[in-house]
Amino acid sequence: MDNYSIQLDRVSMTYDTASGPVEALRDINLNVRQGEFISLVGPSGCGKSTLLRVVAGLRERSQGSILVDGVKVDRPIPNVGMVFQAAVLLKWRTILDNVLLPAELSGKKPKAYRNRAMELLELTGLTGFENKLPKELSGGMQQRAAICRGLLMDPEILLMDEPFGALDAMTRDEMNLELLRIWGESSQTRKTVLFVTHSIPEAVLLSDRVVIMSPRPGRIDTVLDIDLPRPRSLETRVSPAFGRLSMQIYDKLLGREPGSGNGFVPE
Amino acid sequence: MKDKLINYLPAILLFAALIAAWQAAVTFGGLRPYLLPSPASVIEAMFDPTIRWWGHIWATGIAILGAFLLAALSGVFLGCLVAWSPVINRALMPFLVFLNTLPKVAIAPLFLIWVGYGIFPNILMGALIGFFPVVINTAVGLSQIDHDMIDLGRVFSAPKWKVFLKIRIPNAYPYILSALKVTATSAVVGAIVGEFVASQHGLGYVIVTSQSSMNTALAFAALIYISLIGLVLFAAVGLLSRLLAPWAEGNEA
Repeated sequence: MDNYSIQLDRVSMTYDTASGPVEALRDINLNVRQGEFISLVGPSGCGKSTLLRVVAGLRERSQGSILVDGVKVDRPIPNVGMVFQAAVLLKWRTILDNVLLPAELSGKKPKAYRNRAMELLELTGLTGFENKLPKELSGGMQQRAAICRGLLMDPEILLMDEPFGALDAMTRDEMNLELLRIWGESSQTRKTVLFVTHSIPEAVLLSDRVVIMSPRPGRIDTVLDIDLPRPRSLETRVSPAFGRLSMQIYDKLLGREPGSGNGFVPE
Repeated sequence: MKDKLINYLPAILLFAALIAAWQAAVTFGGLRPYLLPSPASVIEAMFDPTIRWWGHIWATGIAILGAFLLAALSGVFLGCLVAWSPVINRALMPFLVFLNTLPKVAIAPLFLIWVGYGIFPNILMGALIGFFPVVINTAVGLSQIDHDMIDLGRVFSAPKWKVFLKIRIPNAYPYILSALKVTATSAVVGAIVGEFVASQHGLGYVIVTSQSSMNTALAFAALIYISLIGLVLFAAVGLLSRLLAPWAEGNEA
């Protein structure tokens, strides 16, 4: 039997707006294995980010059940790392103090996590920047610090909402490979990752499975296995298998018959 | 330091030119001294040993400082209450807005009836004029927080007060401090108005008595001392904001 980390069973979510209720998610079924890297892709408004927050217990679902490590989610679940599209670092704290924030917020002694924080900063190439303020760092470096913060408490589950969406293409490639390394691509103790992205190549490069969602209401259209060998590198992206998988996702998102586009992707 | 002096040079030159023009207007223009005293006579009045300047400066200074502190503390406190609870917000806000639309200077005679003579009504007057911007800016600063940041707090099951203390309050510093700069000026106005209405001490009192004796030079001297107190307070708030919020826009050294 598989060891599931996250189990979503017929999860729906409706929220009220001024112009009436909006159905954000409908009938989401998804089982995520422990240590699995799952990407959520889909057009804007398909509820990817909402789904991420529902899993974290930050937004209330309307129906269905969510189990995380076999325990029902009814409120924000502990031991989750979250990384957002913007780094959302506290402007007035040094990088180190920002990374230590989760320890403080959850009532632990930040001192006990100092070494761990320094290790994470080293792992992400931020050694020497620990006493700088966020504004002194580039966007990519700020996002690295945000990832360190997400990893500080050594969470079993990492929820990432377009974490590299605001970065330039080169930095993004670099961060993708770095993320795979941190995730533990070559080790046995991988974290479970739910990763929201707009970039199909990014989803294919990183994931074990890609969940393709469709909008209004947000539903799961297809779940695609990415059976590319690991560890992956930038060379993975030029392999024929990579192109074929990416094309399959494009076809799904555009609602076309597989192969009908002949590789041509209209704007 | 040298660079800074050069930056101030245009202001210093303009100031010196104005003083010179002023002196020239009095000396060669034949203006009567009770209409416009010469700069020299104003400086003379500033150091007139028959006036107990230190006592007046002290009285007004304390009133201004008291008004400023009272406005700052009550404003930050009320702003926190308003941002903490939507219910308090709905209950308190209409009342505060009403209070703010009152011509506060017109309340000064009432203060006299309620709390009597002395420095206390002057402090109240200054605080009343100055506290409202602090309430509003504190509340706004506390609410202008990235929603992801609040989510981050919830993920780590941080209690509400901790998120308030560690995230929302520091986030509001730049807003609070810019309101305090306005309040520093209002506190001066309030304290002087209080002294106009009823006082036996203070620079406002000096101005009222100089008016009855047509001693315009004395009134000018008092005005200069008032603005010096105001400048010191304003500079102190500026220093405070560089210390508390060095990360904020415009606070870079």
